[in-house]
Amino acid sequence: MSDLLIKLSVASLFIPLLGFIVVLFLGKRLKKLFLFEVVLLGVNTLISIYIVIIKLAYFPAEKFVSEFTWINFASFSKYVPAVQFDLGVMLDNVTVIMLFVVNLISFLVHLFSIEYMHGDKRYSRYFAYLGLFTFSMLGIVLTHNLLMIYIFWELVGVSSYLLIGFWFEKWSAANASKKAMLMNRVGDTGLLLGILILFTNYGTFTFDKIFEQIAAGNLPFGSYAWLTAAGILIFMGAVGKSAQFPLHLWLPDAMEGPTPVSALIHAATMVAAGVYLVARVFVMLTADALLFIAVIGAITSFIAATIAFTQNDIKKVLAYSTVSQLGYMIMALGVGAYAYAFFHLVTHAFFKACMFLGSGSVIHAMHHEQDIRQMGGLRKKLPITYWTFLIATLAISGVPFTSGFLSKDGILLATLAFGNLTGHWLIPIIAYSVAGMTAFYMFRLVYLVFWGEPRNQHKYDHAHESPAVMTIPLIVLSALSVFWWYSLNPIDPSNGVFLEKVKTPNSIVPDVQRFQFMINDKAEKIGEYITHSELYMETLHHFHYTALLMSLVLAGLGIFFATYIYIMNKVNPDEIAEKIKPVYLFSLNKWYLDEFVQKVFVNSALKFSKALAWFDLNIVDGIVNGSAFVLRNISAIGGWIDKYIVDGLVNFVADMTSIFGRLFTQIQTGKVQNYVLYAIFSVVILFTIIKLF
Amino acid sequence: MENIGLNHFLFVSSVLFILGLAAIILRKNAIMVLMGVELVLNSANINFVAYSRFLGLGISGHINTLIVIVLAAAEAAIGLAIVLNLYRLNQNINVDEFEELKN
Repeated sequence: MSDLLIKLSVASLFIPLLGFIVVLFLGKRLKKLFLFEVVLLGVNTLISIYIVIIKLAYFPAEKFVSEFTWINFASFSKYVPAVQFDLGVMLDNVTVIMLFVVNLISFLVHLFSIEYMHGDKRYSRYFAYLGLFTFSMLGIVLTHNLLMIYIFWELVGVSSYLLIGFWFEKWSAANASKKAMLMNRVGDTGLLLGILILFTNYGTFTFDKIFEQIAAGNLPFGSYAWLTAAGILIFMGAVGKSAQFPLHLWLPDAMEGPTPVSALIHAATMVAAGVYLVARVFVMLTADALLFIAVIGAITSFIAATIAFTQNDIKKVLAYSTVSQLGYMIMALGVGAYAYAFFHLVTHAFFKACMFLGSGSVIHAMHHEQDIRQMGGLRKKLPITYWTFLIATLAISGVPFTSGFLSKDGILLATLAFGNLTGHWLIPIIAYSVAGMTAFYMFRLVYLVFWGEPRNQHKYDHAHESPAVMTIPLIVLSALSVFWWYSLNPIDPSNGVFLEKVKTPNSIVPDVQRFQFMINDKAEKIGEYITHSELYMETLHHFHYTALLMSLVLAGLGIFFATYIYIMNKVNPDEIAEKIKPVYLFSLNKWYLDEFVQKVFVNSALKFSKALAWFDLNIVDGIVNGSAFVLRNISAIGGWIDKYIVDGLVNFVADMTSIFGRLFTQIQTGKVQNYVLYAIFSVVILFTIIKLF
Repeated sequence: MENIGLNHFLFVSSVLFILGLAAIILRKNAIMVLMGVELVLNSANINFVAYSRFLGLGISGHINTLIVIVLAAAEAAIGLAIVLNLYRLNQNINVDEFEELKN
């Protein structure tokens, strides 16, 4: 059985690649070939559903690994040990769930795009790129080693670059793709360094082998500092790809890509790759690394939430809410709530994909209008879009009976326990305030888009509900945003079907470098928090209802204020904005972070480049030209010598020979009598000489 | 009257050699050149006989002289044949006209 599952998962990895190649090369000739790609993804989704059911139902505790040796380097000196590169796949519960999530959302996005991208001049290439992206994302999900993670990581970066810049004729889209690429590079450098620290020390890329060595007390370069550094450097890769502070700036700009792409890549799957990577290496993170991760996640979620308040582009609001939720997941990993982080990753993927596709539907209906100030009252025109969007919004706001409530509540509870046990109270405070802010800005979005009076009558009149091929994905995704898929108990998911399958793994870091509360002091206890202490369990129970109540109150407050301002019109939001103008502008301009990066990094890089260019132009070129000048003159002298002395000598010899030759031909008259005369003379001279000497 | 000695013979043969040589060098007519050659050969013959007589060498000088006469006859025959062919070629036998060896 394990063989079959491995084979199926490898097949599902390469099927999108097949689609990519076929559609890319033949798509231009055969106009209907994009359907091939869609069908392939459909098959892939079915395969992944089969895998996820079999794996979770029959082999929930097993871990299937299949690997082979790719390259075998022999050791060629005592300083360079033998190295073996293994490639392979690993199937555990987290992997198969991700496999399913990626495949399903990818398929739905394909389906949605059939209508949304209709009439685009690079229609088939778009589907090819989606196939490439799905392939690379599945690669990250399935692999069992860091080398392949890094390879597919870069492939994901490439496909994201291609899709953000899909409408590259637009200046802003071309710039956005460039920005995404560059910012990801910064993070990827860290990831590479982290991988290399581990590889240098352990000579392998395989997760399990690395973890085995760390568990055996074999630390990188023999120190905990390096283990922490390796964890933080690998986390840097996630900072880039999952748009964490300070590298989150590329994600809102990435909304320049087609909206279904935003749903697939910049909301549901690619940005989750970073969270997934941190989850993969979660067991080797030290307390310091975890705290660092938690703080970065908290800062990110807070910054993004404050910015989302004032944005007027429907996709920008969703983009910042994505950044904020990704910060949540990272923060959850940081506080040790691995299972809830992954839970939130899955639920968020569904409801955020639903929201993005919903916004795509709205934008499609409004003829590519993205400004929410031009919308309003659309719930009558787009009923299906409205209801699905509303369910997703309830989910992200953390309203009970939704999936978002379950996962978010777990994270909030974990941060509260973390704050209580370690004294880092900032993290739960930020987490709760962000929860309230999320509810507010998401309902502001819903009210401005779907409620009230139409603010642009002309566009409103032309709006129409999208066809079934676009609404079916919305319905499926909103259905997946409801609680019963994850836990039959709508209030407490800890005994639900999802958390039963996804458990926080036991950390392999030596006890001295772990948070005290994360050390299991009761070995025989089997349960969800097997890696945590009794005290932690008690704290969780202690805060359970407090946390629940607080998150409900905050979500309720957020929704209430949004209703109060935008529906009941008790307060004019513009007046508030006028009153707190500096704060408003600070948020509207995204904390001036783009300007900061522009001023500090881009401009200084440009100045540096200019200085280098000057150096190049004046010093390097000067040296080159100077040496050329000197050489030219030396050559001229050499040429002169060659021409007049060497050639002169040669010509002189030739000329002399010629002169003598001409002189001697005078003697050769051809008259035999002369020759006789010469002979006689010669004999006479000869005799004279003999006689004289 | 003084006895005729070797020097007299040598003197005559020298005069004869010079005359023959002069004929070879100066005459333009090829037949005259051949006759000059005969004179040179005959001066040599005189020398042979004279040395043979005065140095007491028996008759070896005479025999050599006979060989030279035979050689001269053969040479004359070949030389005349060449002259005849030259005449046929150029309608004259002026040696100055034959300068194909020039340069």
